[in-house]
Amino acid sequence: MVETNPNLYSNSFNIEGGNFNSAGIVSTNIKSILKKLGIPNDIVRKAAIVSYEAEINVVSYAKKAIVNLTVNPGVVQIEVIDDGPGIPNIDLAMQEGYSTADQRIREMGFGAGMGLCNIKNYSDDFHITSEVGKGTHLKMTIQTP
Amino acid sequence: MKIEKIVQALGLEVKCGKNYLDKDVTGGYTGDLLSDVMGNSREGYIWITRQVHQNIVAVASLKEHVGIILINSCQPTADTLEKAEAEKIPIMVSDLPAFEISGKIYNLLTAKS
Ligand SMILES: Nc1ncnc2c1ncn2[C@@H]1O[C@H](COP(=O)(O)OP(=O)(O)OP(=O)(O)O)[C@@H](O)[C@H]1O
Ligand SMILES: [Mg+2]
Repeated sequence: MVETNPNLYSNSFNIEGGNFNSAGIVSTNIKSILKKLGIPNDIVRKAAIVSYEAEINVVSYAKKAIVNLTVNPGVVQIEVIDDGPGIPNIDLAMQEGYSTADQRIREMGFGAGMGLCNIKNYSDDFHITSEVGKGTHLKMTIQTP
Repeated sequence: MKIEKIVQALGLEVKCGKNYLDKDVTGGYTGDLLSDVMGNSREGYIWITRQVHQNIVAVASLKEHVGIILINSCQPTADTLEKAEAEKIPIMVSDLPAFEISGKIYNLLTAKS
């Protein structure tokens, strides 16, 4: 027999674009799952930051996304695959301070152009790919002791 | 220092989370840009802001802040209060601007006892 799911833990979540009332639910959920799994607090905190920033970007800019959380010995991985406009220039988007957030988003305190920087700074490994008109794919890896 | 002591010393109005004022404040962060707060604040901090939207509760909860202080008499929305109560995060209101309330809290936290 071939083992079909070799992950220690894996789960998927949906994010609904445009809905700021439920923004943060997926990251809050991920945080409590990791805590229950006994992942050390500092790792859980990093995971909370990167998943929150990714979640808010989906809510702000995309139509919807699926989030895949996988936990394996030594590593927590969070993947966010969205259906949205994509990012035309990733280098520019990664620059601190760059933001295309509109007035409505800025009024709530988003749009500092720091979210992707936070994701990069708080993950041990970060990959971002994007296709204009299709969507954006983030892969964040955080090492655990 | 417990939140309760800061509430008393500065005459803050407690809007919700009255049962959670016994937590220890280890520091503070002042800011209205949520990603700045996400990236630069720490667990155990009290967060000083003028944002009143319910998203502040998710930020405070994910970052494990012990409470939120709204400045300039800014009033939290009903959604914000409901979520904060559920997340056990006290929200307090001050009539002072951010600079003054931050300075006063900084002095309280760093005073030699
Ligand atoms: N999932 C996404 N889909 C489309 N565009 C995105 C996506 N994520 C980020 N972007 C683009 O990249 C820019 C920078 O994103 P980043 O998260 O760093 O900052 P922000 O969202 O503008 O502000 P902040 O995160 O500080 O509140 C955004 O303004 C947006 O133009
Ligand atoms: Mg962002």
